[in-house]
Amino acid sequence: MDHLPTLVAEARDAIQAADSMAALDELRVRYLGKKGEITALLKGLGKLPAEERPAAGERINQAKQALAQDIDARRQALEKAALEARLAAERLDVTLPGRGQPSGGLHPVTRTLERIEGLFTRIGYEVAVGPEIEDDYHNFEALNIPAHHPARGMADTFYFDATRLLRTHTSPVQVRTMKEAEPPIRIVCPGRVYRSDSDLTHTPMFHQVEGLLVDEDVSFADLKGTIEDFLHAFFERDDLSVRFRPSYFPFTEPSAEVDIQCVMCNGDGCRVCSHSGWLEVMGCGMVHPEVFRHSGIDTERYTGFAFGMGAERLAMLRYGVNDLRLFFDNDLRFLKQFA
Amino acid sequence: MKFSEQWLREWVSPALATQALADQITMAGLEVDAIEPVAAAFDGVVVAEVVAKAPHPDADKLNVCQVEDASGERVQVVCGAPNVAEGQKVPFARVGAVLPGDFKIKKAKLRGVESRGMICSASELGLEEEASAGILVLPADAPVGEDVRAYLGLDDHTIEVDLTPNRGDCLSVKGLAREVGVLNRLPVEGPAIAPVAPVHDETFPVRVEDAAGCPRYLGRLIKGVDVTAETPLWMVERLRRGGIRAIDPVVDVTNYVMLELGQPLHAFDRGNLNGAVVVREVREGERLVLLDGQEVTLSDGTLIIADERAPLAIAGVMGGEHSGVGPETRDIFLEAAHFSPLAVAGQARSYGLHTDASHRFERGVDPALAREAAERATALLLEIVGGEPGPLVEVADVDRLPGDREVLLRRARLDQALDKALPGDEVAEILERLGLAVDAVADGWHARVPSWRFDLAIEEDLIEEVARIHGYNRLPVRRPAARLALKPDHEASTPLSRLRRQMVARGYFEAVTYSFVAPELQQALLPEAVSPTLANPISSDLSVMRASLFPGLIRALQHNLNRQQTRVRLFETGLVFRGELDGLHQVPMLGALACGPRSPEGWAGGKEPVDFFDLKGDLESLLALGGELEAWRFEPAEHPALHPGQCARVLYRGEEAGWIGTLHPAVRSRLGLKVDAVLCEVRLDALVQGRVPAFTPLSRYPEVRRDLAFLVDDDRPEQALLDTVHARAGEWLVEARLFDVYQGKGVPEGRKSVALGLTWQHPSRTLNDEEINHLVDAIVEESRQHLGAELRA
Repeated sequence: MDHLPTLVAEARDAIQAADSMAALDELRVRYLGKKGEITALLKGLGKLPAEERPAAGERINQAKQALAQDIDARRQALEKAALEARLAAERLDVTLPGRGQPSGGLHPVTRTLERIEGLFTRIGYEVAVGPEIEDDYHNFEALNIPAHHPARGMADTFYFDATRLLRTHTSPVQVRTMKEAEPPIRIVCPGRVYRSDSDLTHTPMFHQVEGLLVDEDVSFADLKGTIEDFLHAFFERDDLSVRFRPSYFPFTEPSAEVDIQCVMCNGDGCRVCSHSGWLEVMGCGMVHPEVFRHSGIDTERYTGFAFGMGAERLAMLRYGVNDLRLFFDNDLRFLKQFA
Repeated sequence: MKFSEQWLREWVSPALATQALADQITMAGLEVDAIEPVAAAFDGVVVAEVVAKAPHPDADKLNVCQVEDASGERVQVVCGAPNVAEGQKVPFARVGAVLPGDFKIKKAKLRGVESRGMICSASELGLEEEASAGILVLPADAPVGEDVRAYLGLDDHTIEVDLTPNRGDCLSVKGLAREVGVLNRLPVEGPAIAPVAPVHDETFPVRVEDAAGCPRYLGRLIKGVDVTAETPLWMVERLRRGGIRAIDPVVDVTNYVMLELGQPLHAFDRGNLNGAVVVREVREGERLVLLDGQEVTLSDGTLIIADERAPLAIAGVMGGEHSGVGPETRDIFLEAAHFSPLAVAGQARSYGLHTDASHRFERGVDPALAREAAERATALLLEIVGGEPGPLVEVADVDRLPGDREVLLRRARLDQALDKALPGDEVAEILERLGLAVDAVADGWHARVPSWRFDLAIEEDLIEEVARIHGYNRLPVRRPAARLALKPDHEASTPLSRLRRQMVARGYFEAVTYSFVAPELQQALLPEAVSPTLANPISSDLSVMRASLFPGLIRALQHNLNRQQTRVRLFETGLVFRGELDGLHQVPMLGALACGPRSPEGWAGGKEPVDFFDLKGDLESLLALGGELEAWRFEPAEHPALHPGQCARVLYRGEEAGWIGTLHPAVRSRLGLKVDAVLCEVRLDALVQGRVPAFTPLSRYPEVRRDLAFLVDDDRPEQALLDTVHARAGEWLVEARLFDVYQGKGVPEGRKSVALGLTWQHPSRTLNDEEINHLVDAIVEESRQHLGAELRA
């Protein structure tokens, strides 16, 4: 009994010195286990005189608790150290790049077309597409451009034979849609178009988006409103100046070219706008009655407007691309910039 | 159309600076493309007279001239021009003058003789691009001492308007002046044109056989002209500022009147005309040597001017060489005709020509203009080349001339179209200023269209005119109204944008390649492909329509490999063109190409080259978007562009929908590619299909899994084994996974070990071992019998 303090002191030292969970567990068994030394002392209480037992029992229990606490504290310390060691060992260089396939990217023309489609489909237009090898009728005749019309000289056409050609604009989709559908018609027609022209500012293939709205009481004011809204939304600039210039397309009357204030120089004049402060961005007009007649639409009841724009041109202005031909080189260094 | 601003301002001169005037006509729909000063900047050049000329004592080609420039003293100048002569009026750059290019004139000694100034040529003054052969000789009445800029009116601009094809009426100074007058509410006045009194009564017979093509023909004989006369400098200058080179005085006058009034004219040498001038259609086999020297075989339907023997000119396009006016011409026959646009349209182009005359006639020349133009040209010719005019002969078929057009413009329609009620006075005034004769009627206006406006025929044309002159930008703006109708939406189909984004998510960049490709490339990849060929390609490289997306993707790959881009992932969507023009299919496809290491260069591996299964995995991720991957199959097949052992036909619901494979090594080396590439293309109409999900209740009963390893011949497709499993495993099979393919130790030569994990589950009870064993036995037996597969122990 008298050696209890010694025993406790010894045990405490041993616990503090334990350097692993296994060693600590051994100590627990040695002192506090069923056959442990402290347990043995408790078992030996019965040999003491009855009047000493309570005091002795209390001292032993205190020692037992103290050791149990020590072991617990030591366990926690060991666990903490072990965790820290593990964490240290598992440290990663988090600045290394992640594993796996990086994303690719959409072509800037698609990005532009989808954006334009989105702006219009969200207010109720539908997307319509058509063939790229077209016939004379849909590309010209039905759009009020009869054979030998001087306007045929406006677009240098790729021909396959006397009547079949690569469409020079997306307008044939208008014709095809109007023949099928009843007003109200609201469509946008994105797609590839072809003109036999190739130089710094022309590629033999490019993309257009055509828009068409046919309904009762559609006016030139509706056209102006639609175009202005579109250009403000596309360039995300509500203060962008837009102007309408009389022009001529055989399939619209009245017709207009649309200029915007140069987005590069804000209208001050720069190389991109030829120092005029204005950029021509699209053509538009009220659908010509002859076009309606070809499509079987009642010209007294319905009116409509159509507009068309070049996707590459808009993409160049939007993203600051300075060379049209880059769109068709498919150079990854170019494509990656739009990802 | 180019014109001199000064010239225009003689007709009508609004109080607007040059740029403001250009902006005004641009905003009226006549787009100004360019404004150029008519001469480069120079200063200090005056009109001077050469009063004496003597040879230079020490140089054969130089002359020592004395000039008077009204400064009070004679000035000595050394001049090297061969044409300098005593008595000439010349542009003289005094000492201190600055010529174009900041060239300062100083006192100089030329071979020992003092020279104080310079006699200038047209090119030295920036009036001609090419170096002139000699000095510019000014008219004899040029006032000595006057500044040459003022004398020649060089403080002027050439304005170039890009006219739309409907505005043929503006292809003249007169037409443009008319438009400027309308815009500025100003009167327009041109030179007075009076009929020239004939001095003899000789005429030349004219016979019009095609009155529809030529409803009006005027001709006049002018006898005894001197074609060697010089065109006056003012006319040369106006022509130059209008973009036309002076040729000889007769041609210059016809061109001048064309620029001035818009009526193309032609002058024949009377001495070369036989019998009569005949306007008729071509007869078979007729040929003509044109003014530009080329000989053409005239084709059916061409309207020509002929005499009794042979064709003389293509009507409204170009004259012939033989009947043209030359230095020996004594008598001329002047033609002023109205050819109908339909008779001329397309003719010039069919002969590879485009002339000032055809440009105007195709768009429509005012049929009322011919007489005025003939009189104007006669008067100018008499001034310059002299001669004796005969009577102006007219052959006309009034019924065939473009008739008066009357158009009703309804008030209600105008208001509706513009969403604005313009005052009635304004509408009528605009139309009247444009030359229409307007009658107010109950529901609007009756307007008679002037003869020069070929483009005004229907109500909408008048609406445009009113809107245009009122100003598009002064018209109201509103947003269209619409009923909110829902549109059908096909949940089962995958939008193209979703497919594109899946490719992007798998690391691919979208390419856009030309739809026409080089025939050699297409031939190398698809020797049997048939697709349309362009009749007029921009180059042979871009002459055949693509029958596949492969050629474009491969070209894009080459472009990138040539620029050190070694890891390439590209995809494209678009039409391919299959078959002859008749029975052509324009098929939307999605194609992809992968080349280079599996992963971008990095620390985490993936340096091995991409292979068939990488691309197949990417493609399967697309196929899975429709939710019915099981509708798709890959079957071994051969494709000329693809490695025969690494190529599959892609089937959707049993029908061919596309191809996938490794680029054929032989094709690869023919294309000069040093690395492998894998490609695929699949029809978009199949890719977008799918199904709407259909729920199956979740079973509460345990799954049973059995793993089976088979030995099969190594050329046996795994698909066959999977098909057998599906055929025999009963309806409760929920999954069959191929989890291992092994060849090597323990597997006999020519065989492979294929391990399948099969999972069954019953919706409403626990499956027992016995029934599973039964199914497994059936699978094993079937595989053994049909595939020669044996179960591995």
